[in-house]
Amino acid sequence: MNAQQVLAQFQATGVQTCFHDRHIDPQIYKDLDGTNWRLADYEQRGGYKALRKVLGLVGGERMDPAAVTQTVKDSALRGRGGAGFPTGLKWSFMPKNYAGQKYLVCNSDEGEPGTCKDRDILQFNPHIVIEGMIIAAYAMGITVGYNYIHGEILQTYHRFEEALQEARAAGLLGDRILGTDFSFQLHAVHGWGAYICGEETALLESVEGKKGQPRYKPPFPASFGLYGKPTTINNTETFAAVPWIINNGAQAYLEVGKPNNGGTKIYSVSGDVELPGNYEVPMGTPFAKLLELAGGVRKGRTLKAVIPGGSSSPVLPADIMMGCTMDYDSIAKAGSMLGSGAVIVMDDSRSMPESLRRLSYFYMHESCGQCTPCREGTGWLWRVVDRICNGHGKQSDMDLLDSVADNIMGRTICALGDAAAMPVRAMLKHFRHEFEAMIQRPNLPAADGKQPVAAGARG
Amino acid sequence: MSSQAASKEPALSAATRDRFDREVAKYPADQRQSAVMACLRIMQEERGWISAQTEQQVADYLGMPPIAVHEVTTFYNMYNQAPVGKYKLNVCTNLPCQLRDGARALHHLEQRLGIKMGETTPDGLFTLQQSECLGACADSPVLLVNDGTMVSFMSNDKLDQLIEGLRTASGGEPA
Repeated sequence: MNAQQVLAQFQATGVQTCFHDRHIDPQIYKDLDGTNWRLADYEQRGGYKALRKVLGLVGGERMDPAAVTQTVKDSALRGRGGAGFPTGLKWSFMPKNYAGQKYLVCNSDEGEPGTCKDRDILQFNPHIVIEGMIIAAYAMGITVGYNYIHGEILQTYHRFEEALQEARAAGLLGDRILGTDFSFQLHAVHGWGAYICGEETALLESVEGKKGQPRYKPPFPASFGLYGKPTTINNTETFAAVPWIINNGAQAYLEVGKPNNGGTKIYSVSGDVELPGNYEVPMGTPFAKLLELAGGVRKGRTLKAVIPGGSSSPVLPADIMMGCTMDYDSIAKAGSMLGSGAVIVMDDSRSMPESLRRLSYFYMHESCGQCTPCREGTGWLWRVVDRICNGHGKQSDMDLLDSVADNIMGRTICALGDAAAMPVRAMLKHFRHEFEAMIQRPNLPAADGKQPVAAGARG
Repeated sequence: MSSQAASKEPALSAATRDRFDREVAKYPADQRQSAVMACLRIMQEERGWISAQTEQQVADYLGMPPIAVHEVTTFYNMYNQAPVGKYKLNVCTNLPCQLRDGARALHHLEQRLGIKMGETTPDGLFTLQQSECLGACADSPVLLVNDGTMVSFMSNDKLDQLIEGLRTASGGEPA
């Protein structure tokens, strides 16, 4: 065997994470099996029908671009990347009669710890993203777009490029799409290992061939985006939701889920569950149901805590989480964020200080260094949590963590600083006793009886 | 990095320039710099790492200052700023992976290869690194090989098979 053959034996097939029968009424992952990602397969599933409808090639008159945006507005589709901003509203911010170039960008820089949903969309159903982007481009009068894909999934980047070629060859992309006067060029771009590029303005800097350091907002991308031109940026899953909305109508989408939280959402469930993977379920599905789909807590253990929306969202203890439904409003009311939909499950054997130590190391590692509170503060957070875990904590460290977090929050250009500070505050709020116990009893062994991972200390 | 001064890179081949051109064509004519990320990635695939001279060649090709290329090389985690082993193994140990044996996988590889993370085996075959989120959290333990191929659900047994397989595929010889 050559090296590629050796590696091929160990590659994910998607069976565990995507092609299982534990979704509920899926729209994006529907009928996927890993082999049917090509254009012909997608069209067989009804793909590109929404685009043809918008362009007036099937089912009636060509839709007015404003009507497309209105439909998306009415559907209550909210951004699936983390912020949950209403997509249609974002589209409406784009200048209508702008004479110069406008850009459409897809944010597939999926690096928020816990999140692995966009990879499966792009790998197993790339055309649904392409179709969503073409429709978005039509709605906003945009002729050029880029899909910025996480560098770590370079195989998926190549897959997406192949899908783009198929779409171009079929006249679905490029000049005069399907013989109409609408043209749209779409290209794939990749990152190369920088979490910060998931922040939309850092991503734009990266597409421009620079360090991925976030820009001040305002000006917002809708007025000053890629190359200084009006730009709209949406997440992969957001674009992937668009064809269904066009095909079935805004009201139908809204009715899947609950008010103000339309449609399905893909949750990446990781950590202490029997069946980690992606689960596409209607918005508003009870957390308890999602946990059940994922096989429940691993080894029959008891649920301790859940980080419900990616590593940047505040942790919630089990009792609060079990009372939540999985939608923006319910999770926000409980004091956290739905974020990217990455559900990190922790059982009763887990040490919260250990978990926070790993997260704090991550934010220190990924701070771009542009703003002092974040550059210095993330280092402080990690060092203090690390010394607590190592049995060198001081009584004053609790206040110190609080003060450092305070000095980061709201004092930086982008949200990475907040993302580093929020988990600290939530951990101290809900699991303060564990930190205090570690401080009072130096050399406390890790909960699993093994040596803790000295990740940062050795990195 | 003393090896940098000694490196002598060949001129860009026609095939490489073709690969560069495909990237450049994605952007407006006055935005060639946008292709820098992809061009550096291509160079890393072909040469294993990014030397100062490689940065100069990419800079010349794209018409940008070498320091602007260097800014990119040094900002993004996956560019190798020094030579690495024939197989670079990046093991994710971020929290979701930590909860599912990511760190255990890293420790197993350390023992198996007889090196610490960040090091390269004396035969030049393997470089072992800890990495941040690969975006494959449900696949843990998961690692990225040579920045291009992800391998998933890597139990200790599978890790042993992987290492043996790659060793055998390389004829047991150093890179």
